Amino acid sequence: MSRRGGRHLLQKLISAPYIVWSVIFVVFPLFMVIYYTFTDGNGKFTMSNLAELGTSENVSVMMISIAIALIATVACLVVGYPLAYLISKMSNSGRNAMMLLMMLPMWVNFVIRTNAIYILTEALGFSETYTAAVVGMVYNFLPYMVLPIYSAISKLDNSLFEAAYDLGCTKFAVLRKVLFPLSMPGVVSGITMVFVPSISTFYISQKLGGGMFATVGDKIEGLFMLTNNYNLGSAFSIILLVLIIISMAIMSKFTTDDDEGGLLL
Amino acid sequence: MMKSRKGTLLNLFYVGLVLLFLYSPIALLIYRSFDFGGDNVFAAYKDFFMNTAAKEALENSIIIAIISACVATVIGTAAAVGISKYKSRRAKSAVMLITSIPMTSPDIVMAVSLVLLFGLVFAIVNVNDFLGFWTLLISHITFEIPYVLLSVLPKINQMDENLPQAAMDLGCKPLKAFFKVELPAIKTGVLTGFFMAFTLSIDDFVISRFTAGSYNTLPLFIYSAARKGIPDYIYALSTIIFVGVLLVLILKNFISSKDIYSKVRGKKKR
Repeated sequence: MSRRGGRHLLQKLISAPYIVWSVIFVVFPLFMVIYYTFTDGNGKFTMSNLAELGTSENVSVMMISIAIALIATVACLVVGYPLAYLISKMSNSGRNAMMLLMMLPMWVNFVIRTNAIYILTEALGFSETYTAAVVGMVYNFLPYMVLPIYSAISKLDNSLFEAAYDLGCTKFAVLRKVLFPLSMPGVVSGITMVFVPSISTFYISQKLGGGMFATVGDKIEGLFMLTNNYNLGSAFSIILLVLIIISMAIMSKFTTDDDEGGLLL
Repeated sequence: MMKSRKGTLLNLFYVGLVLLFLYSPIALLIYRSFDFGGDNVFAAYKDFFMNTAAKEALENSIIIAIISACVATVIGTAAAVGISKYKSRRAKSAVMLITSIPMTSPDIVMAVSLVLLFGLVFAIVNVNDFLGFWTLLISHITFEIPYVLLSVLPKINQMDENLPQAAMDLGCKPLKAFFKVELPAIKTGVLTGFFMAFTLSIDDFVISRFTAGSYNTLPLFIYSAARKGIPDYIYALSTIIFVGVLLVLILKNFISSKDIYSKVRGKKKR
């Protein structure tokens, strides 16, 4: 028994490099973001970074960024939900083909993809506008909406719908009372998986939006890469983190099993 | 319940429309990579192969991807093996929580936090110009490990945990038992993890933008090249990459099609 116990300890120990790595390169740096948020350039405690988030300029950046992200999210939902439903009703090979076709553009590098959309918007005559930026977000993040909804819908038992029809539901009532409520977990995770990247992205708005507005991501990039204001940049990053925590809390209310991670790729 | 032909057609039309949206930019990109007006249709491709900076960026991307994926695969696989042996649920969920941080937090937050860490380290050792190959490598390893871990862990859980125990009871040293018994059983998970780590690295733009300093990878090169209008050789390069990815995916599907069928069969049995 003791030999086995020793073995177990040894086996557990080989996860140590990962834990050490994560603490140094994931957990500790996050605390540094918090530290920078509450200090000034000399390392003295201050609330001025958080206060600066409240200036009218920064508030309007965040408001516009959130508004654009919301529009992109709604557009993804409106386009993606029917698509996910249709894919789930396809034959097995049809589903596989559609999954491949949905994911293939995602294998094109993000920067290349965004430039490709730039060409499209240029050809259609609306480059460097708000609309172009929203189109870019929808293009880049649509699969993140479709995949969770698709997986939620395809998990549903077909007999549920048959039962609803047998009990006299109209087509619309089936959609409203059976399909929508039961696919909510997919919808919620789709919404967060589109909304958060839409706020934190920093190239789409610069390239496709022609610099007409900045996302929170653009703001952070500028503060870190151009003006070297790490403290204010950290404060903006905290906003994104808070957003993530809120959306994860919402998501955990809707999802019971933890198989969402597999959908990321 | 009967589907009308009109409805089916409408559905097909809708799916086609979305696919058109998804593929028209790529089609335009490929179209622009050819110079149909000039003497040489492949002028842009020639430009790319003459461009040493672009080739160097491509090489850098591949170097970083290979090294980081190897390190991440080793650390991630080891971690998965270790975590699967944890008895305490609390310890397990604590580690899984840490694992979920890089996967759920926006790339830019990870990038920023790493920049702050590197800044601190280099301030301590008093180096000024600090971002480059090593910081980029560390960053890539950091965001890759969770994906390796999460693709290996299910395979370990599927495996009969008595298998390595039996090997050791029969006199195998733990290390030998791992390589002879455990590793073959989780091989597909490890390979998937490596493949994922490699592509994530090749593809990464956001974290590289913050942590690469003057070290140029392909996405960074394209980013700076496309800043003032997109040069034609970027179209050529993008086309090459797209076709390359397509070939790799077709090849991968071809190889793993057996695996997929066995999975489908397994599901039906249940």
